[in-house]
Amino acid sequence: MERLVIHSEKIADRRAFLSICPFGALELDEKGEVVINAACRMCRICVKNGPPGAAVMENAADAKAFNAADWNGIAVYAEQEAGKPHPVSLELLGKASELAAVSGERVIVLICGENAGDAAESLRYYGADEIYVYERAELKYFRAEPYAAVFEHFIKGTKPSSVLVGATPYGRQLAPRVAARINTGLTADCTALEMGEKGDLVQIRPAFGGNIMAEITTPRARPQMATVRYKVMNAPKRRETPVGVIKQRRVSDNALVSGVEIIEVKPKPAEMYIEDVDVIVAAGRGVKKQADMNMIKELAALLGGQAACSRPLAEAGFLSANRQIGLSGRTVRPKFILTCGISGSVQFTAGMSKADVIAAINTDSKAPIFRVAHYAIIGDLYQIVPEMIHKLRERKKAVTR
Amino acid sequence: MNINIIVCVKQVPASSKTQVDPETGLLMRSGAESRMNPYDLFAIETALQLKQRYGGQVTALTMGPPQAEAVIREAFALGADDGVLATDRRFAGADVLATSYTLSQAINRLGAFDLILCGKQTTDGDTAQVGSELAERLGIPSAANVSSVRMENGRAAVTYEINEYVFDTRITLPCLICVDKDICTPRLPSYVRRQASAGLRVHTLTLDDMPDKDPSHYGLDGSPTQVKRIFPPEIEVIHEVWRESPSETAGRLTSVLADLGIV
Repeated sequence: MERLVIHSEKIADRRAFLSICPFGALELDEKGEVVINAACRMCRICVKNGPPGAAVMENAADAKAFNAADWNGIAVYAEQEAGKPHPVSLELLGKASELAAVSGERVIVLICGENAGDAAESLRYYGADEIYVYERAELKYFRAEPYAAVFEHFIKGTKPSSVLVGATPYGRQLAPRVAARINTGLTADCTALEMGEKGDLVQIRPAFGGNIMAEITTPRARPQMATVRYKVMNAPKRRETPVGVIKQRRVSDNALVSGVEIIEVKPKPAEMYIEDVDVIVAAGRGVKKQADMNMIKELAALLGGQAACSRPLAEAGFLSANRQIGLSGRTVRPKFILTCGISGSVQFTAGMSKADVIAAINTDSKAPIFRVAHYAIIGDLYQIVPEMIHKLRERKKAVTR
Repeated sequence: MNINIIVCVKQVPASSKTQVDPETGLLMRSGAESRMNPYDLFAIETALQLKQRYGGQVTALTMGPPQAEAVIREAFALGADDGVLATDRRFAGADVLATSYTLSQAINRLGAFDLILCGKQTTDGDTAQVGSELAERLGIPSAANVSSVRMENGRAAVTYEINEYVFDTRITLPCLICVDKDICTPRLPSYVRRQASAGLRVHTLTLDDMPDKDPSHYGLDGSPTQVKRIFPPEIEVIHEVWRESPSETAGRLTSVLADLGIV
């Protein structure tokens, strides 16, 4: 594997060299040698920006702990509720089929629950070669330990080289449990996946909390695990005839024990999900006061859509957190989105860049939002939004007249 | 009952304005200031409220470079009784697996506990994975998206909200709980407490203090994932740039919406 090594003797000005690191991970030790501390993120800026030979990636003995021939197949965890697969499961199946076509592997599916059989049957129309079903009353509700035990049983029995899990609230608990249990790598919230050489899964995600994408691999361990956000990949079309063999599997009763006892499950008061609407008007920091959200909401209503916001506005309480778009909020894929006063960090655009049509209003012509916008509107939302409301109201009147 | 609580916290960059220079492909970051991960404040507040109600002890735990001591000091100013910093150059370059392993080793070293509280996620990594991996490493039950915690007959009475449902549960101790933002309103650090805690010692743990001293399980060596490359996000071609008057803009936008069948 590659490791980062600092050669202090090649650095003329060691103090200046320390400031190259954006994470403060370079320091001087007792002997005045430059060393790397725990803040290092392996961004390699010191390699690229430092004096030649000062920071280098060196190949240490490759401690590959697996035999590639033992691991085969792209596995998808199909989350289901009440006999229906979560739509992200279909998106993952579509991606898995694409990846499998490159590497020449099979596509296998894990599905579990109290009545998982119905959902399993419906997945036969979406291109899985084998569907492994674990049906038990104890699996009625998600609980981390029994679900992880089932997942472990599935992985040990099928030995897939890659495992994809939807980054849903359940998937985000289950995937890390499984990765820790089988001691392998896990990349969260991937926005793209590619099949590299020798079956290496290239996992791409926004990183370092900013406008940067990172390409991540899991070269020394199998399976390679990734969670993928809902509505980032394309769901395949339903086939005319089912393919895929259903295989029933069982785990031991001990494996189903959990420290979590579910006393009661109550439906939450009906909530609107911005993931499900066709039109979104999203507000960002360009909206100055909470009262100004009224015009955003009115415009959204006139378009038959919903208002949403970026992280700073959710944190300021302008809208509730379930209307926040972005990596730490929701991923949306509406037919049309209008962003008002949103600069467009990767954190935000990761949650909306797949919208069919994107129009963005911003006073700053250099705002990164314009990189993803189909219509870059350089102007003041405080002038344009009221003008839009006015035009749409008139239009409505004209229609009703 | 007295409850022994460990709260996991992290120091994160204060600014999220990290960018890649499109010319050179290098990271640019404005300033190197840091702060406590804001989601962790909810975990600390939850711990302090539980301590207030049931009695016990709150220990803040972090892994990071020596300067991460600042977040433990911050936890002291909020009311934590004890603080531990796991720091060692051999922890550098840790991914989720190595981070959760290091934290689990530190917790094993600290001894018995009842409850581990974590925030929802960090603002720099944004993975929301370390809590669940840590629970697995420790072999204890866990819950996430938690909106309330109290104690009942020696178990944690935990409510969490996922999708359209609210789950009322009882979880055996010890357990790990990832609290949601909005579970409570975090208090502000107190000046008086900051002064009073100035003498409190932040305990540091290095690799040599851990039960497992094999360096290959920590840091870069213990991390199965590797960052191969970083790059600026794809820049899509702008289809149209509009710089007209508000009225003309509204007109054009309305016709776009009409073409899409939205109005």
